[in-house]
Amino acid sequence: MAGTALRGRLTWQTAAVTAVTRETASVVTIGLNPPDWPGHQAGQHLEVRLTADDGYQAEREYSIASAPGELVEITVERLEGGEVSPYLTEDLRAGDELELRGPIAQYFVWEPGDGGPLMLVAGGSGVVPLRSILRHRLRTGSDAQARLLYSARTLPDVIYRDELDRGHDGVQVSYTLTRGQPPGWTGHTGRINQALLAEVAWPAETNPLAYICGPTSFVETAAAGLVGLGYPPERVKTERFGATGGH
Amino acid sequence: MSPVTRGFRHLRRAPAGQEDRVPPGQYLTDGFPVLSAGPTPHTPLEEWTFSITQGGQTRKSWTWQELRALPAETVTVDIHCVTRWSKLDTVWQGVSVDTLLDQVEHDAPYVMAFCDGGYTTNLPIGDITGGQAWVAFDYGGAPLEPEHGGPARLLVPHLYFWKSAKWVRGLDLRDHNDPGFWETYGNHIYGDPWREQRYEGD
Repeated sequence: MAGTALRGRLTWQTAAVTAVTRETASVVTIGLNPPDWPGHQAGQHLEVRLTADDGYQAEREYSIASAPGELVEITVERLEGGEVSPYLTEDLRAGDELELRGPIAQYFVWEPGDGGPLMLVAGGSGVVPLRSILRHRLRTGSDAQARLLYSARTLPDVIYRDELDRGHDGVQVSYTLTRGQPPGWTGHTGRINQALLAEVAWPAETNPLAYICGPTSFVETAAAGLVGLGYPPERVKTERFGATGGH
Repeated sequence: MSPVTRGFRHLRRAPAGQEDRVPPGQYLTDGFPVLSAGPTPHTPLEEWTFSITQGGQTRKSWTWQELRALPAETVTVDIHCVTRWSKLDTVWQGVSVDTLLDQVEHDAPYVMAFCDGGYTTNLPIGDITGGQAWVAFDYGGAPLEPEHGGPARLLVPHLYFWKSAKWVRGLDLRDHNDPGFWETYGNHIYGDPWREQRYEGD
């Protein structure tokens, strides 16, 4: 299939940084131009490797933010005390070079043939692989209906807000703000729970396919909630990032 | 050779004396990150069993109480996740896989660990015998939390941690090294952290 990752040895390559775009106070999107990219699926990751002048290297995995066929992008959140994310979010500039390899992880992926309806649930920067899925859906003209429930601390913490608010046929985006709401906010508030999922999520009878990405406790709540609503566990794909202090 | 990344400084160092315990490409964490591909299963203990199977037959099965009645060991081990975190001196209690396999006569060279939720991972027999693997039910002196694989997970600390299957329910004896879940989705078939066998072809 065109655009599908080829299996084989992953090799490190040096990509030009084409753009660094600030998404929120702590999040940037990095455009990359790897010379030999085999293509990726929506939802996959890549690995980034930084090398200090003493030869020390640090590697991390990031979700790919762009759709298959688009310029490769990653979106990175600064984590306090981290070693790699502060560099990527504060120091990296367009024109720099970055070593990467990928794509990796072939489970948390969506192709138009997987169908829908899609129930996407994002906590914080967990929206990144789901944005790739939404863009892939749009680019391929898939008629799978999609709902995105996105939990963020505050409205300024919402990543890709302009893009998500642009509105696309067959896509419904709902936000819940957990730490503060702007005046006149009519969206959801507070952390996700069973009642919110019951209100926002596709009914289980529609045989939805769910993708959940976010911090561990968020994913635990969302996954258990969807299973509680009758979603078969095998139709609920999850991806978690812990508070490792390391990214 | 890798190009130097402009402006990147070497900040994080393994504590003195521990450098040789951190495999290449890993960083130390004090937390215990969670990685799972699907919802956390919750099987009641009264329905829980651990089985050794072969060719579709159950060769031996233990209930939760029977498993817990077997001699348990407390082990302190370092663990290494393919997503690049390592955690030193983690303390587990569990039953050695030797104790379980000793009760089944077989000559299978491989096993496929199987789990609640459908997860599987493949392992050579030689990597789960000889005091190298446990069915662990306690972590840090407390029952293993469901999100970390409780009530019981496989513990094979010398391989990347995806091999330490959460919510493990048994071992299927195999003649061939068939790929398990992540091995089918691009992870390395064996997963030695000291050789950085993260992904297929590494």
